[in-house]
Amino acid sequence: MAAASGLAVDERTRPPLPWAPLLKDALLAAVIAALLALPLVGLQTYDIGGGALGIATHFDWVAWGAAAVFAGRLALRLLPQFRTGRRGTGPAPISRLTAWAGRQAVPITLAGIALAAALPFLPFSSRYLIDLGTTVLIYVMLGWGLNVVVGLAGLLDLGYVAFYAVGAYTFGLLARDLDFSFWEALPFSGLVAASFGILLGFPVLRLRGDYLAIVTLGFGEIIRIVLLNWASLTGGPNGIGGIPRPSFFGLAFARSAPEGVTTFHQFFGLEFSPDHRVIFLYFVILGMALITNLFTLRIRKLPLGRAWEALREDETACRALGINPTNVKLSAFAIGAMFGGLAGCFFATRQGFISPESFTFIESATILAIVVLGGMGSQMGVVLAAILLVSLPEFGRAFAEFRMLIFGAAMVAVMVWRPRGLIAHREPTVWLGTRRRAARIAP
Amino acid sequence: MTNPSESKEPLLTVEHLTMRFGGLTAVDNLSFAAYRDEITAVIGPNGAGKTTVFNCLTGFYRPSAGRLAMNVDGEALRLERLRGFKIARRARIARTFQNVRLFAGMTVLENLVVAQHNPLMAASAFSIAGLFDLPRFRAAERAAIDRARYWLEKLGLLENADWVAGALPYGAQRRLEIARALCTEPVLLCLDEPAAGLNPRESAELNNLLLAIRAEEGIGVLLIEHDMSVVMGISDHVIVLDYGRKIADGTPGEVRADPSVIKAYLGEDEAASADEAVFVAPAEAGAQGQPQQPTALPPGLGSDGPVSA
Repeated sequence: MAAASGLAVDERTRPPLPWAPLLKDALLAAVIAALLALPLVGLQTYDIGGGALGIATHFDWVAWGAAAVFAGRLALRLLPQFRTGRRGTGPAPISRLTAWAGRQAVPITLAGIALAAALPFLPFSSRYLIDLGTTVLIYVMLGWGLNVVVGLAGLLDLGYVAFYAVGAYTFGLLARDLDFSFWEALPFSGLVAASFGILLGFPVLRLRGDYLAIVTLGFGEIIRIVLLNWASLTGGPNGIGGIPRPSFFGLAFARSAPEGVTTFHQFFGLEFSPDHRVIFLYFVILGMALITNLFTLRIRKLPLGRAWEALREDETACRALGINPTNVKLSAFAIGAMFGGLAGCFFATRQGFISPESFTFIESATILAIVVLGGMGSQMGVVLAAILLVSLPEFGRAFAEFRMLIFGAAMVAVMVWRPRGLIAHREPTVWLGTRRRAARIAP
Repeated sequence: MTNPSESKEPLLTVEHLTMRFGGLTAVDNLSFAAYRDEITAVIGPNGAGKTTVFNCLTGFYRPSAGRLAMNVDGEALRLERLRGFKIARRARIARTFQNVRLFAGMTVLENLVVAQHNPLMAASAFSIAGLFDLPRFRAAERAAIDRARYWLEKLGLLENADWVAGALPYGAQRRLEIARALCTEPVLLCLDEPAAGLNPRESAELNNLLLAIRAEEGIGVLLIEHDMSVVMGISDHVIVLDYGRKIADGTPGEVRADPSVIKAYLGEDEAASADEAVFVAPAEAGAQGQPQQPTALPPGLGSDGPVSA
C-alpha cells in the first residue's frame, strides 16, 4: 500500500518537462539533417539530352525530411521522460528469455536439429528454400569456426574469409590437377587451411585488439590478391570451373552417368530429379556444421578450450600460471581456420566454380557480424544470427534497393538492445555443485 | 635474534639482480635469499622496485644482470634463462598480482581448473584423449576438481565455487587469486600486496591463512606488502628496498629498529624529529575495536602507518 501510494505521489509530482532544451535539441538535429539532405536529396540530376545534365530541385522533400527528423528526435528524447519510475527492477524480458534458452539448451538444440533435418521434406519447402538453408548452414559453420578464434580465444580476426578461400582453392586445384573427389579433398582442405591458420598466427602472436584486427584484415586481402594474380596456378579472375559434385558413397547425382558409374536414382530406383543433389548438399553441410558444433562444445570443456577462454580473459595471468600463450593462440587459429577450410571445400563443390570474387572482405565482415550479433562464444547465438543475417536480405528482396538499408537498421537495432549479442549467456564448463544451484551470473 | 634459516639451503637465491629500463635503474645489485617454510617480506616506499623484482622472478622481465637460482627438488634452475611461462611449470613459482588478475568471466572453479592446465593437458593427450572422454582424462579432471575443492575450502570460497569470478566481492577475489596460484602446486608463492584493499578483519584472516600455508604446505612465501600489520605480524624475514637498493635485511624486529629504514619511509629531515611517532599512529586501529588484531603484532606497528606518511 505504502509503496503504491508513494509511486502515485511520484507520478503527480513529476517535474515539468524541460521543453526549451528538448525543442532546441530537436531543432538542431533537424537543421543538420536539412543541411545533409540539401545536396543528397534536394538536388537531382537528369539527362536533358545531348549528353548534358540538368538539375531538378526537390526542396519540399528536404523540408519533409527535416520535419520527420525533428519529430523523431523529439519523440526519442521525450520517451525516457515518461518511462522513468515505471521500469521494473527485474531483468528485461528478452534477457530472461535468453537465460531460459541457455538453461534449456539441450531440448532447444535437439528441436532445432530435428527441424533442420526435416526442412527439405516439409510441405512448404522448395528448391529455393533448401538452397537458402544450405547458404545459411555454410554461414553457421563459418560462424562456429570463427567463434573458436573470436568468441573463445578473444582474438579479433577480420580475415577469416582467407581460410574459406584456402579451403575452396585447395579442393579446386586438387580436383583440376589431380582428379580428387570432394570426399578425398575434404581432409586436405582442412589441413591446408589449418596450416595457413598457423602461418597467420605466428606474426600476430604479440598483437592484440585493434592491431591484431588490422593484420588479419591484411592477411585476408593478401590471400585474395595472390589468388587473383597468380593466374598460372589459380586461373586468376577467371577462377576454377568444373569442380566435381560430391557423390553419395560413390553414387553420382546425374541424369545419365558415364560408363561404369551408377547414379543415385538408378541405384535406389527413383525417378531422376535435380532436387536430389540439392537435398544431399543440404544434408552434407548440415552434418559438417553439426560436427563443427560438437567438436567446439566438447573442446570448450577440455583444458585447451578453457585455456582459450582464460587467454581471452587475461593473457598475463595465463602466463603466470604456466600456460604457453603461443601454443594456445596457434591452436585456436589452426582449429578455427580448419573449419573455415572445410566450409570452403563444401562451397567449392556446391558452386562448381570458384573465383577470388567470392572471398572479399565483405564475407569476413558478415561472418564476424554473425559471431558478434549472436553473442561472442554462444553457439546458439551464431545460428540465430546466421539465419537473421543471411535470410533477411533474401526476404527483403521485395523492398528492392532498400533491403540493405533494412539489413543495416536491423543490425543497429540488435546492437542497441542487445549490446552483448543476441545470446550473451555463458554456460560454465565445469560445476562443483549441481546445476540446480546454478551459477550466479555477473550483472 | 638468531635466524634459523642460516643453516638451511635457500629455496631461492637472488644475486646481484639489476634491472634497467633505459636510463632508469629500477633494481640495483640486489641480493637476497628465500627459504622453504618461511615468509619473506619485501617492503619499501612506492617505486622502490618491489614489483620489478617480482616481475624478474616470474619471467615477465628479463633482468639486465644478476643470477636468480631456484632450488626445486634438488635441481638448480636459473630463472633468468627460462622462458616466462615455464617458470610456473618448471621452477614452480606461482604469483598473484597487485591489481587482481582473475579470469573474470569464468566461474571460480574454472579459474582453479585453468591453473592446472599443464597436468590436465598432458592427461588429455593434447585434447585427443579428452575429445573422446577417455577414462584417463576423466580421472585427471576429477583429481583437478578435488584439488580445487581443497583450496576453495581452505580459503573459504567453497560456497562460491560456481559463481562468476568477477561477481565476487573484492576480498574474495584476492583470496581466489591466491587459491589459483596455489593450485599450480608451487614451492614458492609470490604475493604482490595481498592485503591491499582488505579491511582489518580480512587482513587478519589473511595473516592466519599465510601462516597456515607456511606451516602445513611446506612452501616458501615471498610477500610484497604495504600493510605493516601483515608484514611485521607474520614474516620471518624482511627485506627493505629503496630506489632499487636493499637498505635493510633481517627479522622484523631488526628492520624496524634500523635507522636507514625509518629515513627511507619518513624522509631525512622528519626522521630525526618524528622518530617513532608515526609508528605509533596505527594504534588507533585497535582503539576502534578491532578484536582481530594479530597477536604477533609487535608493539607500535600496525596497519599502513609508515606508508601513509
